[in-house]
Amino acid sequence: MSAFVGKYAEELIKTAKYIATPGKGILAADESTGTIGKRLASINVENIESNRQALRELLFTSPSALSFLSGVILFEETLYQKTSDGKPFVEVLQENNVIPGIKVDKGTVELAGTNGETTTQGFDSLGTRCQQYYKAGARFAKWRAVLKIGPTEPSELSIQQNAQGLARYAIICQENGLVPIVEPEVLTDGDHDIKICAAVTERVLAAVYKALNDHHVLLEGTLLKPNMVTPGSDSPKVPPEGIAEYTVAALRRTVPPAVPGIVFLSGGQSEKEATVNLNAMNKLDVLKPWTLSFSFGRALQQSTLKTWAGKKENVEKAQAAFLARCKANSEATLGKYAGGSVGDLASQSLYEKGYKY
Amino acid sequence: MSCYRGKYADELIANAAYIGTPGKGILAADESTGTIGKRLSSINVENIESNRRALRELLFCTPGALKYLSGVILFEETLYQKTAAGKPFVDVLKDGGVLPGIKVDKGTVELAGTNGETTTQGLDGLAQRCQQYYAAGARFAKWRAVLKIGPNEPSQLAINENANGLARYAIICQENGLVPIVEPEILVDGPHDINKCADVTERVLAACYKALNDHHVLLEGTLLKPNMVTPGSDAAKVAPEVIAEHTVRALQRTMPPAVPAVVFLSGGQSEEEATVNLNAMNKLKTKKPWSLTFSFGRALQQSTLKAWGGKDENIPKAQAAFLARCKANSEATLGTYQGGAALSEGASESLHVKDYKY
Repeated sequence: MSAFVGKYAEELIKTAKYIATPGKGILAADESTGTIGKRLASINVENIESNRQALRELLFTSPSALSFLSGVILFEETLYQKTSDGKPFVEVLQENNVIPGIKVDKGTVELAGTNGETTTQGFDSLGTRCQQYYKAGARFAKWRAVLKIGPTEPSELSIQQNAQGLARYAIICQENGLVPIVEPEVLTDGDHDIKICAAVTERVLAAVYKALNDHHVLLEGTLLKPNMVTPGSDSPKVPPEGIAEYTVAALRRTVPPAVPGIVFLSGGQSEKEATVNLNAMNKLDVLKPWTLSFSFGRALQQSTLKTWAGKKENVEKAQAAFLARCKANSEATLGKYAGGSVGDLASQSLYEKGYKY
Repeated sequence: MSCYRGKYADELIANAAYIGTPGKGILAADESTGTIGKRLSSINVENIESNRRALRELLFCTPGALKYLSGVILFEETLYQKTAAGKPFVDVLKDGGVLPGIKVDKGTVELAGTNGETTTQGLDGLAQRCQQYYAAGARFAKWRAVLKIGPNEPSQLAINENANGLARYAIICQENGLVPIVEPEILVDGPHDINKCADVTERVLAACYKALNDHHVLLEGTLLKPNMVTPGSDAAKVAPEVIAEHTVRALQRTMPPAVPAVVFLSGGQSEEEATVNLNAMNKLKTKKPWSLTFSFGRALQQSTLKAWGGKDENIPKAQAAFLARCKANSEATLGTYQGGAALSEGASESLHVKDYKY
């Protein structure tokens, strides 16, 4: 094959397929220490290890929530943390048929000579790190590449660098037993319309899949985590059906059927927006040979976070909010979301200009 | 979009989808004058215009055959020919619900510094030619790129040149109303096994689709005409199910769902082999978001040609042979072919000619 079929091939295919189970999706709980600090600060909670541990415990022990998840992406610190009872988080997830995943990139750095475009770092000893994470129970990984839209962006350099980076990361993961989630995020920042976002997304995805082929990545053992195709943040909104149509068309033009599942990022969308858009995609009556699901961070945790506010007495209420979002998104993967779950909080936009993870 | 949506966009999409109608496929009757000459000489028929015309009339007027076809690829001469009664072939096809297509490439030339690898020519004035063909009734086009497998082949140069050529041809067609059939044929010649063929096919197709994206081609308004994934001609044969599995997997790994259909070339396969392999693919239970059908030349005409022998009195027999192959391949697109379709002389005959030159 032109694909590398190593000793983990069958396991990778099986894991990727499971993560793509209709009715389930991914909780992206892999905020780095710095990023989670911002979230905690927004609810006046101190950014110390015990608070980070408490938040994740709240999420992972939410009664029934795990049944709507096929995977959770963790930050390295969290992979080795336990519940207050002393049970490793990894075991909590595994016992509930949720696959632990791990963020393996080390953030972005600017590409000199460009207008603020970036590439992603994290290759040094990546193979060894993947082996360690595999031993600790991780079975998939995530690496975020970032592109932006502007008068001359994304540049060909940025597209090539990020596509190549994703492909190298992906093959190294597969060599070491982790299903790579390939994430080429095209930021929403800007005043461009939805057609420009579509054109850029298609260009980027085409480059990504060419690079994956060049690097012998086994597509059946990968997942894609793209942006939805939307108007820019400074542009008028369009209805969910419009977003669904443009997004699915872009994916149909670039993502080979061998990829079992597409798990969307939520970008700056509110919890409600993200769910409604995902639902619209799954209702679209067009041939989609990959499942369309979620890998949401902010869009699954926002109202949970605000409800918790760092207080033990709020845990139950916060967990109910989390369960509601998980259930809503599960329904969205089946095109069955009827709308109208948690009120105000769920509709709050999570967009931040020039958002830095 | 990253793709170009010109004034013909809706028509291109509709025509491409129609060609992929389950139960239908393409007759590749676009043999150049030189090539059809070889076919005619194999049945001792002189290569003159009236004989070329007579053969195509035999095919296009076979009672009941056109309903199994969604398109016929023609050579330029044929596009302007008529039946003996004076009806333009293009009208015969249209009346039968068959889209006329046109071969627009001008053959291959060698790439210097390679081991006999080639690129395809025909881009000069292509837009004008497409316009003329559209005016004459053509609605799709075909351009054949050729690659081979060897110790150092296909080279990156051959892959890049041919992918780029296909993409340029494709966008020019779309600008002028013709659905481009994208044909990156990897020759079967060689002792390599099926895995090697799969490897090369995946590499080539990935390059093609990257090039098509770079050139803003509207995938919904294209078709792919690839080789099936098989062992080399000098290697041991494998079962149809194995060919089906490797072929469909290669397509799953490289062909975006926006492409409505795959119309396989038959290469050197016998009529029966080609049908049985196509059938096995359609029986396979796996993700296939595009229809899998045929664009056969030799594999639809071989026994017909032999039965005709250039003689008027053989026409009914020859047409019966042609109808049988059309019906068999139609069934194969539905996965319902039972085999042994009124096997005429030549249906099982391998059509492989080493280092075949069109």
